[in-house]
Amino acid sequence: MSTSLFFAQLLNGFQFGVLLFLLSAGLTLVLGIMNFVNLAHGSLYMMGAYFAAAAYGWSGSFLLAGLFAVPATLALGMLLERLVLGKLYSRDHLDQVLATFGLILLLNELVRVVWGQSPMYMSLPPALSGTVDLFGLPYPAYRFLIIAVGLLVALALHLVIHRTRIGMLIRAGASDPVMVSAMGVNIGRVNGLVFGGGAALAGLAGFMAAPILSVQPGMGEQVLNLTLVVIVTGGVGSIRGAFYGALIVGIVDTLGRVMLPALLRELFERSVAQAAGPALASMSIYILMALVLTLRPQGLFPVKHG
Amino acid sequence: MKTTLIRLSTATLLACSAMTAAFAQTPLKIGFLATFSGSVGTLGQDQYDAFMLAVEQRGGKLGGVPVQVLKEDDQLKPELATQIVQKLIERDNVPIITGITGSQIIMAVAKQITEKQVFLLSTNSGPSPLAGAQCSPYQFVVSWQGDFIAEVVGKYATDKGYKKMVLMAPNYQGGKDVVAGFKRYFKGEIVDEIYTPITQLDYSAEITQVASQKPEAVFAFYPGGLGINFVRQYQQAGLLKSLPLLTTGVVDGTTLPALKETALGIVGGAFWGPDLENPVSKQFVESFEKKYNRIPSNFAAQAYDGALLLDSAIAKVKGNLADKAAFGAALKAADFKSVRGDFKFGNNNFPIIDMHMFEAAKDAKGRVSLKRIATPLKSHGDVYAAQCPLK
Repeated sequence: MSTSLFFAQLLNGFQFGVLLFLLSAGLTLVLGIMNFVNLAHGSLYMMGAYFAAAAYGWSGSFLLAGLFAVPATLALGMLLERLVLGKLYSRDHLDQVLATFGLILLLNELVRVVWGQSPMYMSLPPALSGTVDLFGLPYPAYRFLIIAVGLLVALALHLVIHRTRIGMLIRAGASDPVMVSAMGVNIGRVNGLVFGGGAALAGLAGFMAAPILSVQPGMGEQVLNLTLVVIVTGGVGSIRGAFYGALIVGIVDTLGRVMLPALLRELFERSVAQAAGPALASMSIYILMALVLTLRPQGLFPVKHG
Repeated sequence: MKTTLIRLSTATLLACSAMTAAFAQTPLKIGFLATFSGSVGTLGQDQYDAFMLAVEQRGGKLGGVPVQVLKEDDQLKPELATQIVQKLIERDNVPIITGITGSQIIMAVAKQITEKQVFLLSTNSGPSPLAGAQCSPYQFVVSWQGDFIAEVVGKYATDKGYKKMVLMAPNYQGGKDVVAGFKRYFKGEIVDEIYTPITQLDYSAEITQVASQKPEAVFAFYPGGLGINFVRQYQQAGLLKSLPLLTTGVVDGTTLPALKETALGIVGGAFWGPDLENPVSKQFVESFEKKYNRIPSNFAAQAYDGALLLDSAIAKVKGNLADKAAFGAALKAADFKSVRGDFKFGNNNFPIIDMHMFEAAKDAKGRVSLKRIATPLKSHGDVYAAQCPLK
C-alpha cells in the first residue's frame, strides 16, 4: 500500500470515527450520568435522518433539512424523556432495556406508517457533491464537511463541559449524582438537559448520514452496536472517551477492512484469504473492545473519580 | 381498554365472516406467502400488488374461476414460513402457494410444499439447488434463476471489452453466488474481489481502494438498502464519471425512488424493465402506475407474470385442479403472454428467457427509471438444469 493511499484510508477511518462520535457523545453522557441504558438512542438517530429527508423533500434545501431535523429530534428526545424514559431512571437496567427496546420497535413501526417501507431520498447541494483531489485520489467533499462538523461539536462540547456552570454540574453528576442532588442541585433538570442534548446530537448525526446512507426503518439498530463499542472502549460517561474511542474504532474498523484481506493474501492462498479476510475484518473492533475490557475494564479514557 | 379490544376483535371477526359469506361460491384458494416487513418488505409488497392487479383486472378471477388470495407475511423468517405453509396446506387446503421473496424462505418450504403435492410457484427467488437435483414437478419458478442477473452482466462486460475489473459483493452466500455467476461469463482479468461484511454501512475505504487499483469497470452486487448506501458513496466519490459501475440488484424499481439522479448512468442486469416494447408489458406498466401511483419494479412484473401463468393454466384445466398431472402440464406449457415477450420453461421448471441490461435514465415523464441498452443473453437457461431428472 502506497503512503498516499494509506493516508486516504486513515482519513476515511477518521471521518467514520467522527460520525460515530456524534452518536456516542449523547449516549455516553446518558449512560454515565443517569446510569440509564438507552437502546433507543439509535432510533433517535433514525428519526433525525427521517426528519432531514422529509424536510428535504418539502423544501429541496439541504440547509433547511438540517435546521429542521436537529431541533425536531431534540424536541422528540425531550418529549420521550418527559413521558417515558424519565420515569425509568430509578428502575434497574433490565426494565430500562425492555422499555427502550420497546421504543425501538415503536419508532420503527411509526416511520413505516408515516413514510412507508421504502428508503427515503436525500441528496447533497452541488457545492458539496463534488470531490477534492487528495494525493491523486478523488475524495468526496461532503466527507470533509462531516469531519468539520464533528470536530466543531467536539470543541463545543469540550468548552461547555469544562468552562461552564452547567458543564460543571454534568461532570459532577457523572462522578457522584447522589452527592450533587444532596448539595441542592436539581439533578432532574440536568438530566433532562443532557438527554435533550444527546438526542439533538443523534439527530445531527442522522442528518449528516442521510445523504450517504439509506434512510429506512431499522437504520438505528445498525449503528447502535458500533456506538456501544465506542462507549465501552472509550469509557462510560466521558466525552473525551467517546471522542477518542470513536476515532479509534473508526480507524481500526476501516484499516482492518482494507489491510487484513491484503495481509492475509500475502500469507495464505487466495481462496482462504478471501474467506477469512472479511470475516476477521468485521471482528476487528470487537476484538479491540474485548482487549480493552480485559486490560482496562474502565475504558481507555474513563471519567476521573475522586 | 380490555372491552374495547374485545369489541374490536369481535368486529374484525364479524367482518371476516361477512367476507367468507361473500365468497360462498367456494372460490379457489391461493396462498400468497411473501416478505412484507423488514428490509425486503418493499419487494413482497410489489409482488403482491402486481399479483392482485392481475386478479382484479379479471374481475377477481383467474382462468375464469373466482380466487381468494390468502396473504401471509413470513417476515423473512424461515421458521415462521414453515408454520404458515403448514397452516395454508392443512387448514386452508390451498392447492397453490405463490409469492416467495427470499431464497432462505423457499429453501425452507419448497420440500414441505411439493411433498404434499401442492403447487409452488415462486415469483421471485430461484436458488440453484432447486434448479438442479432438488427440482420437482410441483415446483415452478416464474421469475428467473438466481444466477441470471449476474451472468448477464458478466456477458455484457465481456461484450463491452472490459479487460480489468474489480468485483464487490456483501460477504454471504448470495453475494458469492452472484460473483460466481458473473465470472462464468466474464472473460477479462479480475483485479480484485472485495467482500464486505453484510452489516457494513460505510464503503469509503473500499471505494478508495478500488479507485487506487484503477480497473476499467466495477461490478457490484448490493441489494436493497446496501445498494443505496453504496451508490450514494460511489457517486459522491466522483467515480461514476470515470469508472463505469456495472451492477445487479442495485438499481431497480425499489431503490430508484431513494436514489433518483444519483443513479443516472449506472447499468444493471435484469429480465425486465418498464420500457420493454411489448403490449403486455405496456398495459401492465400503465395499469400498475394508475392504480398504485408508482413505477412497477421487476419484482412486480414477475409476480404479474405469475398471475398470468396461473390464469392460463387454470383456464386450460377448466378450473379442475384435482387432476394434478394435467394442471402441472398446463403450467409447464406456459401458454401465456409474458411481460417479457418470449417465455418458456426448461426441464427443471425454471424459465428460459432473454436477459437485458438497463441503464438508469430519465423516462418520458422526466422521472428516473430504467432504459434497456442491450440484450446480452438470448433464450438463456440455467446451468443447473442438467442435474434435474425431470424431462
